[in-house]
Amino acid sequence: MDSRAKRVARIAGLFTACGFVLYGALRGEVSVVLNKAVNLCFECIGLG
Amino acid sequence: MKHALKRKLIQIVAFGYSNPYLMNFKGGKLYQGKWKQFCNPGLNCYSCPAASLACPIGALQSVNGSKNFTVSFYVTGLLLAFGVLFGRAVCGWLCPFGLVQELIHRIPTPKFKLKKVFLYVKYVVLVVFAFVLPIAVTDYMGMGKPAFCQYICPAGTLEGGVPLLLANGALRQTVGSLFTLKMAILIVTVIGCVLVYRFFCKTLCPLGAIYGLLNKISIYGLKVDGHKCIGCGKCRQICRMEVDPVKSPDSAECIRCGECAKACPEGAICVGFAATGQKSERQPS
Repeated sequence: MDSRAKRVARIAGLFTACGFVLYGALRGEVSVVLNKAVNLCFECIGLG
Repeated sequence: MKHALKRKLIQIVAFGYSNPYLMNFKGGKLYQGKWKQFCNPGLNCYSCPAASLACPIGALQSVNGSKNFTVSFYVTGLLLAFGVLFGRAVCGWLCPFGLVQELIHRIPTPKFKLKKVFLYVKYVVLVVFAFVLPIAVTDYMGMGKPAFCQYICPAGTLEGGVPLLLANGALRQTVGSLFTLKMAILIVTVIGCVLVYRFFCKTLCPLGAIYGLLNKISIYGLKVDGHKCIGCGKCRQICRMEVDPVKSPDSAECIRCGECAKACPEGAICVGFAATGQKSERQPS
């Protein structure tokens, strides 16, 4: 991959990432993550 | 400051901000503050009592497997941002479980290299356990289980399972065959890490697989100056991730630790935000 293509891919990647984070946050994914993370995950510790 | 010491200090700081609530180990409770809506760039179980942030792979599976969503844009976006900015430098500098593996590997025993075929297992783990199973296998309410956490993740067993079971007698009563399986995977992982440098990163880590794919475009990169390189091979010999930086500076296995740059007698290798990740060609003499 030449340096110009790399630069384009980086800019596109960062814009896509920002768009995804905003869209995900607006449709309420953050509360799903928070809810999962603050409660004991039985699967994670091998009991679920 | 020596490069190795600088990296180790940054790894310790990253481990510290990922796990600051050490007093929670005593009561077997979890931190329940708002920081947990953000994902840690590295692998760190959110069911670890000391954890301050959400595990990105756990969060990805929980949103993918939730009743209302099938794809997590939020977590995918965060992973994409971390990957484009740092690539696998996250593994080499910021991942708490990466530091644990490096410390385990210091146990003095004969050390081994892995066959290349094992490096591809993590991509299968990523697709099957982090995406396919949480989305496809659902219960009567339409919710999927975090299959990677449930059946594989040794970080969850080590950071969450073992301390919580030690602190909580009621939880110990519920131990079954799944915990036996996870303990077996943890023991295999620990033995693997003693014998092979970053065994889990190389073979099983789905986060390493994601960042590895983004290593090709990441802003934090590695550059080899073909004009300076004398082809001595010292960089290849010193690399514990078994990468040849001259042939493939953008290798998905390179964790940007910078040991190759330090070993190069000609100063031909540069690692950092300034490096483009591209190898400049040697001029014909």
